[in-house]
Order: sequence, then C-alpha cells, then structure tokens
Amino acid sequence: MNIIVVGLSHKTASVDIREKVAFSPNSIEQPLKALIALEGIVEGVIVSTCNRVEIYATTRDIAGGIGRIRRFLADWHQLAYDTIEPHLYSYHGEAAIRHVFRVASSLDSMVVGEPQILGQIKTSYGYAAEYGASGIILNRFLHKAFSVAKRVRTETKIASSAVSVSFAAVELARKIFDSLSDKTVLLIGAGEMCELAARHFLTNGAKGVLVTNRTYEKAQRLAEEFEGQAIPFEELFDHLHKADIILTSTGAPHFVVTPKDLREVIQRRRMKPMFFIDIAVPRDVDPAVNDLDAVYLYDLDDLQQVVSANLENRLQEAEKAEAIIAEEIVQFYKWIATLEVTPTIVALRTRLDELRRAEITRTLSGWKDAPGDAEKRLETLTAALVNKILHQPTVVLKKGGQGNRTDLYLDALRALFDLETPTPVEEETDGADL
Amino acid sequence: MMTQISFYLTLALYGVTTLLYLACLLRSTPCMALAARRVLIAGFLAHCLATIHRYIAVGHLPITNMHESLSFFALSIVAAYLYFEFRFKVTTLGSFVLPLVTLLLIGSSAFPSELRPLNPALQSAWIYSHTLLAFGAYAFFTIAGGVAGMYLLQSHFLKKKQLGPLFQKLPSLDTLDDIGYRCLSYGFPMLTLAIITGAIWAAQAWGSYWSWDPKETWSLITWFIYAALLHGRLTTGWRGRRAAWLTVAGFLIMLFTFIGVNLWIPGLHSYN
Repeated sequence: MNIIVVGLSHKTASVDIREKVAFSPNSIEQPLKALIALEGIVEGVIVSTCNRVEIYATTRDIAGGIGRIRRFLADWHQLAYDTIEPHLYSYHGEAAIRHVFRVASSLDSMVVGEPQILGQIKTSYGYAAEYGASGIILNRFLHKAFSVAKRVRTETKIASSAVSVSFAAVELARKIFDSLSDKTVLLIGAGEMCELAARHFLTNGAKGVLVTNRTYEKAQRLAEEFEGQAIPFEELFDHLHKADIILTSTGAPHFVVTPKDLREVIQRRRMKPMFFIDIAVPRDVDPAVNDLDAVYLYDLDDLQQVVSANLENRLQEAEKAEAIIAEEIVQFYKWIATLEVTPTIVALRTRLDELRRAEITRTLSGWKDAPGDAEKRLETLTAALVNKILHQPTVVLKKGGQGNRTDLYLDALRALFDLETPTPVEEETDGADL
Repeated sequence: MMTQISFYLTLALYGVTTLLYLACLLRSTPCMALAARRVLIAGFLAHCLATIHRYIAVGHLPITNMHESLSFFALSIVAAYLYFEFRFKVTTLGSFVLPLVTLLLIGSSAFPSELRPLNPALQSAWIYSHTLLAFGAYAFFTIAGGVAGMYLLQSHFLKKKQLGPLFQKLPSLDTLDDIGYRCLSYGFPMLTLAIITGAIWAAQAWGSYWSWDPKETWSLITWFIYAALLHGRLTTGWRGRRAAWLTVAGFLIMLFTFIGVNLWIPGLHSYN
C-alpha cells in the first residue's frame, strides 16, 4: 500500500486557480465518496484551505492512482485538465510523507510557523473519518503528522516569536511590564490596526481600555465595544497618566503627543514606564519622547522591523524542524513496513498449516489399516510435505518470477533461507564431472 | 586543613556555577538553569562549611582579615542571591552576580589565610550585630547593583530597538525594578543599624562614638547615596535609568568602602 499526495498551493498556483479547485467544507461528503470510488484508491482525505487544496490517498497502483486523482480535481470542478495541470504537484512514498509532515508543521505555509494549518488539516481529517473515507493507514498517517507538528512546535522556536505588528507590540510590552494584568490601554484615534492591537492586549490580560477620539461619538462606540471608557479628546492630558500602554492612530498632520506634554504626566505616574505604540502615518508621537527616562516609543516601522527579524528567526528554526521531520519519516516508514509484513507472515503460516494437517490426515487414515512400518510412513509424510511446500515457489522460480525478476527472487530466497551463494565456477566443474 | 579543602572546593563549585550561568545567557535550557542552581547550592553549602570550620579554628567570626572578609562577603551575596532566585525565578541575575562572587573568592585566596587571634580591643558581642548587619547590607547592595546594571542594559535595548537574544533573556523592566527596590529597602536599614551599632561599639572599644576613621567616613557617603535613592523613590517614585545609574555608583562606592579603604587608607578598621 502506498501513500500518495496530489494538490496545489500558494507556491504553485495563484488565488484565481486555487479558488476554482477549492472544496467547500459544507459539501465535502460527495467529493470524498467520489474520491474513494475512484479505481485503485483505497482511502482519501481532502484538505482545502485558502492557500492549498490537497488530496491524501492510499493506493496499490501509484502511477494510476496519481493520474486519476489529478483528473478528478479537474473533473469534479468541471475544469479543463489543462488549466490546472501545470499547477499540480504529486508525491508518493517518502516524498508524500515528508510533504504532509511539512504542511502540518506549517513549514510549507505562506507565513512559516502560522498555527492555523494544523487545525485545518485536523478538520479535514475529521470529515474524512466521519464519512468513512480514511482507513487504517491514513488514520495512523495523519495522527502521526499531528504529533510531528506538535513536536516541531515544542522543540523549535518556529512559532514562538510574533510575526504580526500587534503581537509584536504585546511581546514588547511584556519586556517593559512584568504582567499586563493591572495595565490600562489607551487608544488615541481609531484605526483597524489600533483596534486589533488593543484586542490583543485585552486577550493577553490587560485590565481595561480608555478610548479617545476627535469625534466623541466614535470614541463612545469603540469604548462600548471594548467595555472601556470614552474620554473627550480635549481632556486627553488629564487622563493620560492612567494609561500604561498607549496606541495612537489619529489622522492628525502634526504630533499629538510631545515631550513637553509628558513631563507632568510622568510625575503623576511616579515615573512608572509608559509604552507608546504609534501606528499612525504621519506619526502622532514626537520621536523625542523616547529620550524621556520613563517612556518607550515604537512606531510602525520599528514594529515591522521586529516582525521581519522574527520571520528570519522562524526560517532558521525551520531547519531544525526539517531534521525532526526526517527522523519521524524513518519511524513512520518502519510502521508501514510492518503493516505489510505481519499479514503476509500470518497467511504463510496458515497455508503451511493447512498442508501439514492434510498430510497428517492422509497418513493417519492409511495407518489404521496397516499399523507398523512407522519409519517408512514418516519418510513418505515428510517428503510429501516438503514437496508440497516447495511446489509453488519452484514453479514461480522456473517461470522466472513475475516479469523477469528472477534475480530478485533468488536473492530473497537465499536471504530468507540463509543459503550459500553457489559460485558459477563450481557449477561448471560439477557439470564436467557428470 | 579541612578549612583549606572546603574553601577550594567552594571556589571550584562557584567557578563551575559561573560558567553554567554564563552558558545560560548564551543558550538557556530549563535543564541548564536547574543544573546551575544545583551546583550553586552545593557551592553555598561547601562555603558555609568552610566558614564554620574557620569559625571553630579561630574562635570568632571569620571576618578579621582580607582573606576572611572577602570570603564572608561572597557568602552573604550568594545567600541573598539564592533568596531572589527562588523568589523571582530570574536565572539571568545569576549570570551577572556569580562572576563577581567567584572573583571575590579568588581575591580572598590571594590573601594570607593564617589564623590570627582577635585584637583584644574588638572582643565584644557587638562584633556579631555590627558586622553581620554590614555584610547583609553589602550583599543586598551588590544584588541591587547587578539588577541596576541589567535594568540599564534592558532599557538600552528597548530604547535603541536592539532586540537580540540577550534582550529576550533579560527579565522585564518592572521585574528588575521590583528586585532592585526590595534590595534597597532591605539593605538600607541594615546599613543604618550597622553604623549605629558600630558607633556604640566604638564608644566602648575606642572611647568615642565617631572618630572620622576613613571607614566611617566612606560608609557615611555610601549611606547618603542609598538614602537619596530611597528618599526619591518614596517621595516622587523616582526610578528608571538615572536611578539605576546611581544604584550602580552606590555599589561601586560601597565596594570601595569595603575593600579599597581597608587596602589603601590606614585607619582603625584596617585589619592587615
């Protein structure tokens, strides 16, 4: 049994192709059933996210299976095969296993280390299991992929650093304030990124939110959303001392906060540090405030630099992850191998046992009529047994095995029965003697 | 002989601990931090043993020459450090404090270690309260100095946006500030009491409460620096980089009061 992977991703196809091939999770049952109904396909899982569409399947016929799934992707979406063919990739054997392990570990993602992909594969697998499309091999395979992804996550720092501006801001705040739980966030102005950052601070434990805006109604609306408090813009500096983390994104063409404004605020705060995050362009906070002892200022560029440095780190960590995956592939291969071996051994034993029983019955039935002569009967019995066991292998060997694989069969036989390799020279002299 | 063995065992253990803590700074794993702490505790126990041996051998608190007092200073620092490591779980602090401890012990081993009886003038119960308080204060001020150094480093990284691996390892500014403030609030009363008990003892031993002995003068200077720091903190909440610089300066002056005065300025407190 072989694992195969067919699909396309952000690396091979633009979004206009990807969206045509995508499967909707609401109607995944039919394509799953159609997939395992394909000739030679035993199990199947369909993964469909905005960045990739992939099918994992097991088959006995690698080339045929891959070809049929490639066609299936086009046919199901009623696309001409030519339109998607150049974007498709397909893998089998080790490459297929590596690919799925890498995807699950988020090494193949657009943002390496992003955490969503693992959940998406788990959901896709859930559907396949629910509709009976996955079986013993894919079950084991995907669970292995999940545990590999978990190992990568815990043993490397691939997902440990922030790769978004708002997360980077939260991380920096943690290096200034020990805990965010008693800290107040102040939003000056409204902006999508500002709100997102405020939300991140709240989910990471910040105590409360103050909101101010030139339009007081906007401030009130936003304050309601965050269960915070709105402040009239004119009173900003009367309230600024309450804020530990200040997010600014006004549309003002000039600085809203200057060092002069902060002197008194810092005194009122008893010199406790303040963290300004200026997301506005043009900037809202005079860069000179960063020189004040108790004030730390980061603007959008600073945060973006943090993010790109973190991304670079992630790529370095990805190398460690590749090593972990290589290790896990070896282990998984061992399991796949035993999967084929055990039933074969059982079948072999059953076959030989049948032969043995048949011979015993035959021998015993003759024995009752003419007892004695045990030696001769045992001789006949064992000779017959050996002949019967060796009959089929001998026939196959003489025919040259299936499709000219005599060498392979001979090697296997010698290895299995620990036979010495006869040298051709000896055979010749034997022939001469005769 | 036993004293010698346990002393050098301590020195070896502290050396290993220092290397471990420095390694933690480069690439820390929870395992390594734990190992560092365990070796440190082993070193601390050996150090206690060495000190007790010496105490028994000389018959008084072993702090009456440079060899003894440097070693006792190192012991006090390790005790204070262990308290903060268990309380705040800041392994990085060890990377800054332990090298100093090892240096102090190496310094101690460079001085003659022969046993000498205590000057009869000093034989008094005051030796315990005066010197133990002083060593306690010195230990806390040393930790405060180390923490202030870390604060300056971390705040430099944050201001200049240099967010390298060391930045990632160092604790938050708030944590460092908290530890530093605690050190001052423990150390300052101890120094104050050490000076007071010293004055009383001086009155008994030398007949005068205060004789402007160099040691007395310098410890008064040290006292004023820490008094200023604490006063600023309590009145206006003074903290941050300038406060950290003054804490570092206070530590250096304290070090001079403790070591420099003994070595270079002869006076009543010079023991050698």
